[in-house]
Amino acid sequence: MAGRVDGKVAFITGAARGQGRSHAVRLAEEGADIIAVDIAEDIASVRRFYPGATEADLAETVKEVEALGRNIVAAKADVRDYDALQKALDDGVAQLGHVDIVSANAAIWIFGDLAHEVAEQDWQDLIDVNLTGVWHTAKAAIPHLIAQRTGGSIIITSSTAGLRGSPRAVQYVTSKHAVIGLMRTLAMELAPHSIRVNTVNPTGVDTIMIQNEATWRLFLPEVAYPTREQAAEVFTPTNALPIPWVEPRDVSNAVLFLASDEARYITGTTLLVDAGYTLK
Amino acid sequence: MRLAEEGADIIAADLCEQVASVGYPLATPQDLDETARQVRALGRRVFAVQADVRDYAGLAKALDEAVAELGRLDIVSANAGILSHGTADALDEACWQDMIDINLTGAWHTAKAAVPHLIAGGRGGSIVLTSSGVVMKGTPNFAHYVSAKHGLVGLTRTLARELAPHWVRVNALHPGNVDTAMLRNPETLRLFRPDLENPTVEDVSAEFQKTNAMPIPWLDPIDISNALLFLASEEARYITGVSLPVDAGYALI
Repeated sequence: MAGRVDGKVAFITGAARGQGRSHAVRLAEEGADIIAVDIAEDIASVRRFYPGATEADLAETVKEVEALGRNIVAAKADVRDYDALQKALDDGVAQLGHVDIVSANAAIWIFGDLAHEVAEQDWQDLIDVNLTGVWHTAKAAIPHLIAQRTGGSIIITSSTAGLRGSPRAVQYVTSKHAVIGLMRTLAMELAPHSIRVNTVNPTGVDTIMIQNEATWRLFLPEVAYPTREQAAEVFTPTNALPIPWVEPRDVSNAVLFLASDEARYITGTTLLVDAGYTLK
Repeated sequence: MRLAEEGADIIAADLCEQVASVGYPLATPQDLDETARQVRALGRRVFAVQADVRDYAGLAKALDEAVAELGRLDIVSANAGILSHGTADALDEACWQDMIDINLTGAWHTAKAAVPHLIAGGRGGSIVLTSSGVVMKGTPNFAHYVSAKHGLVGLTRTLARELAPHWVRVNALHPGNVDTAMLRNPETLRLFRPDLENPTVEDVSAEFQKTNAMPIPWLDPIDISNALLFLASEEARYITGVSLPVDAGYALI
């Protein structure tokens, strides 16, 4: 049976692990080749919460995509560095022939301070990665998409935090709101080229970004050494469906749908994958 | 057809009669037979029944019989809807009431009839209400339609919360203009080209296209079916309470 994105090439940022790797594998399962980038390094302001992805993580993504019989071009690149990101994409397009799907997924999570107490560097790093990095990703890809004259689908990973405030996470909430504005503007600018632009907005996703002691403590401030199980107990009531978080694959399935021709006229929307979080 | 292609059996209900306030021909018993024939041609089972979404008892009875025959219920598409028009100050009472009764109360009836089966099944389920892109903005001449379609969003969100503990998901689709008989009729087309007595689809294409960000005048029914399929499938197992536009960027501009 033909895959749902057969013959397409997907450019995915933050592809070394977590949701990015899951997107790469899910799209490859349905027939896409992959251009994968990741910083594959620690970012100092994030390191106190959780470790960054590594080159070994990126190599694992390559291995898993290749095991599916698909082609993948992977590069170590920082979404904050436009020139490096563009070069990585251009190299990938040169090798794989084109790019059709863009998953602007790379993001970091820094939290814990009230808005007026956030350190300048914490704010700047997060906005640079989660917002400017997404713009860079689109900026690098759009000339290819337009020149190919075959449309395309850009999927930006926002969050329920793109639609709701959340105390002690001002820079994250701000960045995830901002990418919705970016998406809506890109959707209008690119619609004449049949290039669609949408966001996916997940609730908590079971990756290291939330599965770390610092994040658990944010939700369990009275517990000295919180556990995943305790976190699950406090996360579950925030969703309408009786689950604490979704799996990376659930977000990948939404990305796949938006990337596929089944969604050929869906543009400018925020697709929630949130177990009903925003209903409550 | 799209759900049957992917393996579902179908319970198909339609009024198959005219509604007085509607100015274009509604479906006939022959149309419903054709749907049943096409589903069977795909090798799936079908239970087709003439039923009025305004008549809760009749609708529930039809669904109960169908579930008894097919053995279970998993997916609900509350899709039945009509279109009529008039400025809010000029809509007559019957025109307003037919619209609310079918497009809003009919969806509630559909959910009300289905929910006990979904809960009793113990496997969760997916309810999809067909709202409209007009919910993203108001639209002159359609106060009753826009009101009903907004009402569906409130219904969706409330059902989603009520049914989440049972793993029943509830979402709304918001299509832009879709190339069906609801659009492709002289009365609707004339609204877009009041200067022409008998506008054709070609005559209105440019006017329709101006309402979308993408360079197309309208969507095909299959585009809405694909979104329905996604929301109905296990791939959307944690998507509930959302409004999904399928509108070629209608809401953007």
